[in-house]
Amino acid sequence: MIDLIIDILSWVLLLVGGGFVFVGGIGSLRLPNFYTRMHAASLTDTMGAILIIAGMMLQAGLTLATIKLLAILVFLLLTGPTATYALANAALLSGLKPDTESVKNEETLPE
Amino acid sequence: MIIIFGVFVLTLLVITAIAIVRAENLFVAVMLTSIFSLLMATNFFLLDAADVALTEAAIGAGVTTVLFLSALSLTAERERSQNRAKWLTIGVVSVTAMVLIYATFDKPPLGDPNAPVHQHIAPWFFENTPIYIDIPNVVTAVLSSYRGYDTLGEVFVVFAACIGVLFLLSASKGIKPSVLASNNQGLRHHLIPKVVGRLLIPFIILFGLYVQFHGEYGPGGGFQAGAIIATGFILHALLEGERAALAAIPRSALLGMTVTGAMLYGMVGVACMLLGGNFLDYSVLHSNPVIGQQLGIIAIEAGVGIAVCGALLSIFHAFTARGLS
Repeated sequence: MIDLIIDILSWVLLLVGGGFVFVGGIGSLRLPNFYTRMHAASLTDTMGAILIIAGMMLQAGLTLATIKLLAILVFLLLTGPTATYALANAALLSGLKPDTESVKNEETLPE
Repeated sequence: MIIIFGVFVLTLLVITAIAIVRAENLFVAVMLTSIFSLLMATNFFLLDAADVALTEAAIGAGVTTVLFLSALSLTAERERSQNRAKWLTIGVVSVTAMVLIYATFDKPPLGDPNAPVHQHIAPWFFENTPIYIDIPNVVTAVLSSYRGYDTLGEVFVVFAACIGVLFLLSASKGIKPSVLASNNQGLRHHLIPKVVGRLLIPFIILFGLYVQFHGEYGPGGGFQAGAIIATGFILHALLEGERAALAAIPRSALLGMTVTGAMLYGMVGVACMLLGGNFLDYSVLHSNPVIGQQLGIIAIEAGVGIAVCGALLSIFHAFTARGLS
């Protein structure tokens, strides 16, 4: 019984995490300018990673794999937002203004 | 299931390769190369080659990207467009591709137990490694003991590459100390990357040491560990600036590491000869041949790790220091 509950919970976490990754992917393709796209992409390495790794930890149970997954999660939670910050900062310093006229941004966007 | 993953990863590889060829911005091409290496590492992992996957992820996706980026800071960002001889290139590439595809028809299917590679010498390795060397990771046993000569050659290739890059870039020439002081402050004004980076560097180096000394029991070894530890120091150099990094570990020390690592490997071989065995026959290093083998493997893996770490850092500093001048 408890196994079944853990299994269902882990699958819910995995699916919702996958959903976040999917939404992040759509967002980084479809959103109008650099900063909004980066916001969508950062969703993948925060919510997506947390939920998927939590789901995998429930699958692994109390083993060494869970501790390794926890270490990976901590690493991702430290590096992901930092990378996003560094990216946004570099874009801002190189002169990409975060304004609402998205079409203009689209044209000046560095590849 | 593994077939689906394999086809998925290989499709992404092809897409990435086409994107690399088509990218005119070299910065984009470098990033795509990094993605290519990560996909390749995934592919190796799917094929159960965890050691190779770790190497590809650490060197291909990690260090090489940084080296490419620091090389890019010396050149232009855009590729020069050239239209001549395009058809010749396409012709040569397609003929080569046809030959390679034709060659794959002779290959045994994936995971076929009757494939020559599983019949030739591999069973002997699996049967005899517990008897002669007694370490769980057969890959490490093959790499450092049975095929010790090949690995010695690889270490000297790394050494030669390091010397070659240093000669070509001749980094010590033409750098004014004042430029070094003023121009490259690292990410001094970027608090968040700096705090997080400082927090991570010890753990990266600790993980590198784990990979180094756990190579006998799991995936890992000198090459991967050297690359991971070098990544930690490169992160330090990026955060604190070139000057602080060179003050912490001067260039001569890095070159010394490369030489020491390569020499350590060779010296273990010579020590084996002096004790009455063959070159790189570690059994004579201890009264118990099994422990002798393990001692030899630990020593030469340490040599590989030191040499790779020193060589990668020397190459990195050769590029970045030249960018300042």
